Amino acid sequence: MNGDIRDPLPIRLASHGIQAAFLIGLLALWFLATNVWGVSSILLPSPIDVWHQLIDVIRTGEFVRDLRITLSEFAFAFLIAMVLGISIGYFISRSPYFIKVFEPLFAAIYAIPIILFLPLYIMIWGLGPASKIALGATISFFPIVMSTVVGFGSVDRTLAAAARSMGANNVQMFRHVLLPAALPVMLAGLRMGFTVALLSVIGSETIASLGGLGHRIVNLAENMEMGRMFAYIVFVVAIVAFLNLALSTLEAYGRWR
Amino acid sequence: MNSTEMAVRVHNVSHQFGEAGQARHVQALLNTSLDVTRGELHCLIGPSGCGKSTLLSVIGGLTKPSTGTVTVAGKPVRGPMPRDLAYVFQENALFPWNTVFENIVLGMKFQGVPKAERNERARRALEAVGLEAFAEHFPGQLSGGMRQRAALARALSLETDILLMDEPFGALDEQTRMVLGEDLSVLLSYSRKTIVFVTHSLGEAVFLADRVAVFSARPGSIKEIIAVDEPHPRKPSFMTAPKFHALRDQLYGLLHDEIRKSMSETAQSRRRYGEAAAASGGGS
Repeated sequence: MNGDIRDPLPIRLASHGIQAAFLIGLLALWFLATNVWGVSSILLPSPIDVWHQLIDVIRTGEFVRDLRITLSEFAFAFLIAMVLGISIGYFISRSPYFIKVFEPLFAAIYAIPIILFLPLYIMIWGLGPASKIALGATISFFPIVMSTVVGFGSVDRTLAAAARSMGANNVQMFRHVLLPAALPVMLAGLRMGFTVALLSVIGSETIASLGGLGHRIVNLAENMEMGRMFAYIVFVVAIVAFLNLALSTLEAYGRWR
Repeated sequence: MNSTEMAVRVHNVSHQFGEAGQARHVQALLNTSLDVTRGELHCLIGPSGCGKSTLLSVIGGLTKPSTGTVTVAGKPVRGPMPRDLAYVFQENALFPWNTVFENIVLGMKFQGVPKAERNERARRALEAVGLEAFAEHFPGQLSGGMRQRAALARALSLETDILLMDEPFGALDEQTRMVLGEDLSVLLSYSRKTIVFVTHSLGEAVFLADRVAVFSARPGSIKEIIAVDEPHPRKPSFMTAPKFHALRDQLYGLLHDEIRKSMSETAQSRRRYGEAAAASGGGS
């Protein structure tokens, strides 16, 4: 639980070195394929072209509108999934009978590809952000609700009895026993929910939408502007990497020291 | 004996898990009565599954008995009474996400003790069990014996007159158990606490107890009470004294038949309900 369990510094540096070398190697292969081996620039634009396009995208600021659409869809979807997932999950976890009924049910629903409901969602909520939010919320609800049920449902009974014997009221019991006991499991579910919400929002934008980064990428592909399309892909990768970093930082606060 | 000398009075308590006739039905306690005098260490000993832990949980207000009454410090028990009694569990009752110090402080926080006083009392409790140097450690970083000392410190910090201890040394190795037993005897010699102590170790019972209540096999009730009559603090040499062995033998004589009875009963009920139902039914 505590103590530095990371590898010693030289080993960490070495593994980071290999990771960096892998990415540089990939970039070199990309460069060779387009500039030396003559792969068609319609299939694979040169990294130099992509770089120039990326600079242009950022300099003109044309990405702002799409980014705002995608991020707000994602934020609403994840927020809805969190609020519903945690509150419903907590409620279910209070009764062993509800756990027995709902846990397998949720697991079964989560196992089907919920993206299949996208056409239905578009019929209900239209082509705009609402259908993306609904889909992202639906998909990310399940890992969150399931980890909440497991987290709160498996709190050690001795700990609860100890707190009760020391006079903990319901609020103190929740704040000092149930929540910290459930948090590590819940965080795993939240991370999963975070990833799938982002995935389904951008994914559904590429299928049918009016705006957003996924929409932009499909549009560019249809217009054969491959350099600019790749620039947007790099842009999305950077945004996702940044969000993940922010999440990891938050997670580090939530875990037991 | 008048009731003010009694720290704990248990009158005609019966408790059953599940309803009669159900496969999971267990009659844990049957018409049990027990008086614990102020300032004594009263051991409850008996075959496993005899209901001694259930009785402790009833006294602590964590389990509501099916019938019968319990009074603690003259007040009827209707739920946990954190101002009158503190609990020490067998193991793993420290919050693993809190340091030893935070664990001790939390119990007082639940009861609204002011912060300065909390810290002072936690410091004193840690000193009493010799864990001052480990205040900032997490339970996972301590040995089993140290964890139980920390759990004892948490109970002591609540400054209750009564401690309920449910096999507190049960999960420890023999040597650690003996050392902690000696420490507890020293504590008893100066603190005048009343302790109800569940154990299934004959030696531990004789070494620690002022009186030992021997339980019958399930459904549990108290078969006999034996007085040890040896002042605290007791030294390790007490364990080699003839008196110690005589009492231990007497206890074993009383328990022997009950243990046989409980084993054959367990075997019967396994045959009746199947392994699974018996394994999950009822506490010890």
